[in-house]
Amino acid sequence: MSSTTMTQKQGFAATLWDYLTTVDHKKIAVLYLIGGGFFFILGGLEALAIRIQLIQPNNDFVSNGFYNEIMTMHGTTMIFLAAMPLIFALMNAVVPLQIGARDVAFPFLNSLGFWLFAFGGILLNCSWFLGGAPDAGWTAYAPLSVVSPGHGVDFYVLGLQISGAGTLIAGINFLVTIINMRAPGMTYMRMPLFTWTTFVVSALILFAFPALTIGLFLLMFDRLFGSGFFDASLGGNSIIWEHLFWIFGHPEVYILILPAFGVFSEVIPTFSKKRLFGYTAMVFATVLIGFLGFMVWAHHMFTVGMGPAANSIFAVATMAIAVPTGIKIFNWLFTLWGGNIKINSAMLWSLGFIPSFTIGGMTGVMVATAPADYQYHDSYFVVAHFHYVIVGGVVFAIFAGLHYWWPKMFGKILNETLGKITFWTFFFGFHLTFMIQHFLGLMGMPRRYAVYLPNQELELGNVISTIGAFLMAFGAIVFVINIIVTTTKGEQVSGDPWNGRTLEWAIPNPVPHYNFKQLPLVRGLDALWIEKTEGRKELAPAEPLDDIHMPNPSILPFVMSLGLFIAGFGFIYQVDHPSWLIVLFIGMGITLGTMFIRSIKDDHGHHIHKEDLDEEAR
Amino acid sequence: MSQDHTLNPEVMPSEPEKATLEGKNKFLGFWFFLGGETVLFASLFGTYLALQGSTMGDNTPEKLFGLGLVFIMTMLLLTSSLTSVYAIYHMKNNDFRKMQLWLGITVILGFTFLGFEIYEFYHYIHGYEFTFRSSAFGSAFYTLVGFHGGHVLFGLLWIVTLMVRNAKRGLNLYNAPKFYIASLYWHFIDVVWVFIFTVVYLMGVI
Repeated sequence: MSSTTMTQKQGFAATLWDYLTTVDHKKIAVLYLIGGGFFFILGGLEALAIRIQLIQPNNDFVSNGFYNEIMTMHGTTMIFLAAMPLIFALMNAVVPLQIGARDVAFPFLNSLGFWLFAFGGILLNCSWFLGGAPDAGWTAYAPLSVVSPGHGVDFYVLGLQISGAGTLIAGINFLVTIINMRAPGMTYMRMPLFTWTTFVVSALILFAFPALTIGLFLLMFDRLFGSGFFDASLGGNSIIWEHLFWIFGHPEVYILILPAFGVFSEVIPTFSKKRLFGYTAMVFATVLIGFLGFMVWAHHMFTVGMGPAANSIFAVATMAIAVPTGIKIFNWLFTLWGGNIKINSAMLWSLGFIPSFTIGGMTGVMVATAPADYQYHDSYFVVAHFHYVIVGGVVFAIFAGLHYWWPKMFGKILNETLGKITFWTFFFGFHLTFMIQHFLGLMGMPRRYAVYLPNQELELGNVISTIGAFLMAFGAIVFVINIIVTTTKGEQVSGDPWNGRTLEWAIPNPVPHYNFKQLPLVRGLDALWIEKTEGRKELAPAEPLDDIHMPNPSILPFVMSLGLFIAGFGFIYQVDHPSWLIVLFIGMGITLGTMFIRSIKDDHGHHIHKEDLDEEAR
Repeated sequence: MSQDHTLNPEVMPSEPEKATLEGKNKFLGFWFFLGGETVLFASLFGTYLALQGSTMGDNTPEKLFGLGLVFIMTMLLLTSSLTSVYAIYHMKNNDFRKMQLWLGITVILGFTFLGFEIYEFYHYIHGYEFTFRSSAFGSAFYTLVGFHGGHVLFGLLWIVTLMVRNAKRGLNLYNAPKFYIASLYWHFIDVVWVFIFTVVYLMGVI
């Protein structure tokens, strides 16, 4: 039909409007990828600045105060604005396809979640140009974060509050999508592991993020409205912040790593030509990790002085998580065992992940040992540990997932040569950067310090670490080049370039915006593979060809988020002058007004008639 | 249009809030949202319990709180929960006018509760000079009870919006889930108040 030619010919303004108003999960995935990718580069530049500053003792590449800002923003950006959105990009691109749905349960909220994240991230980064970024560490411990001068921490509070609301919305959306929108026959125990991990992670988001919401509110009230939650002179208690932050913060690390496990559980079976070993155990381990993830937050606070009983309980609970994680590691190894293994970029990242993450897990058990943690605490050992799990786990998974699902998202396979260059430089750079930091930490180098003294045998390790960081940066740049090269020169591939096993590979390339013309009938785990082994090329339809109901695009999510963005400035600057309250009220008025419009204006969606579907197929 | 027909069937199903996929999604999604809200209020309760002794002076819970007023407020809110149950009962019987009537009573009770709460805060601030900024206890008290009050206000505005918006066209399968989840929200607010009454006022005085 003419609609395809129209989309090709539409101008920049039309495309922009399309993306601003889209409620299509596939386009929202692209938005998350662009947003997350942008902040990943930003956080990477901050990391490079940190490593340049630390390349020699008493360096003055940046001032001490600016170092605090860079260090704080590196952590905050990477966790909230890079890792999470990139994972959401994969979830949005893949999960509805894997369960055989035409969209998510709440397409409007899906768009709202993205725009809240985007405006929250922009608000946070506006601080660079408005008197300085937050400088109290990504954990923003009180009372330092309460007394930190300037507006930096205010931007942290408001920015994270807005983007956190977006994450919560996305979590609820995926929970309902996975429960209510599965295709006929797609029982829970037939869901691909990536869908399972998305499901468990969404539950973690739902129960973890409200604690951060409250923590941020309390910090905001203390800083901007004169309350005394963390102010000892008013009887406040700064440990409350630590508890609230880590009740959110520890589940957060599982929110990041479980989808990574899901990605590897898709990539490894596909390129080993084997069913995932121990599927049931994998599901069980995922749920168990999610459950235990809520029981361990205080292991970040061993040195606070909670007493030996509390420390012991949290230490044991933490070590217990190593058991389901170990189950997973062995299941991946057994999936590889005897498989018909094909090694490409996606597979390289997966194979590189296993030893890297295992090292991170091992140091995790070390820091979980409460008495020993008194030595490791706030040293570079901890920095090395969490970069091994987050880079070695989450970032590797994002690269693996992007290589694996790029043909599903964009119709083209990423360049293999460039992909391999990225992997090897990044992989070596990563180990070069962080392996030595274990030893720097054990030698007593504290984290978050802008300088260290000469002649304490810290010089060589820091030089090595900085060289590694530049290798990682090189790998990341090659990946960006890869994207450009693939987009301009790559060739369109079929809908199933990897000979895949799961439902998303049953869809032709490019994916129609309604995903499935007829919802498929799922007959077991690895739904597509079952059909292939029985000589069919596609799944049997579960419904007759009929009109398809699709949601309408809307600009309201964008406006709603913009309102909160504006209100954020009002909140921050009303302490300087009450006239800023006007900005606050205008912003909140925009947001509440659009919510009101959304409530009173009926939105029934639209139908694509089956006659048009036939024409498009031709 | 066929859409109108599917949303306005000749015979309304017994559970109109869950008759469409959109309705089912809203129903489930809102239950999950309330799960998140539970953690939100749990965090506030934890903070309050940690700080209730930090009065920094003689504005203590024993001195401030009077159970008489709070008892009236509790009764108002509990009754409003009951009246919203009646409203949903009539929704399921497809009796739109009676549903609107009971929702109206719910809203009146809710606004009366809010009026008492504003009076209570006014009384503390001007009678005792007990404010948000006077102690950590003050901050925690006003934040917890104020968050609840904010939820009450939002719920009231929500229900009124739904009542006015749908006053002329009556009940259909598009707006039934909206009414239903608004009533769920109202029940949740009520449950939170039961905990506030127990933890803040009752345990504060005893």
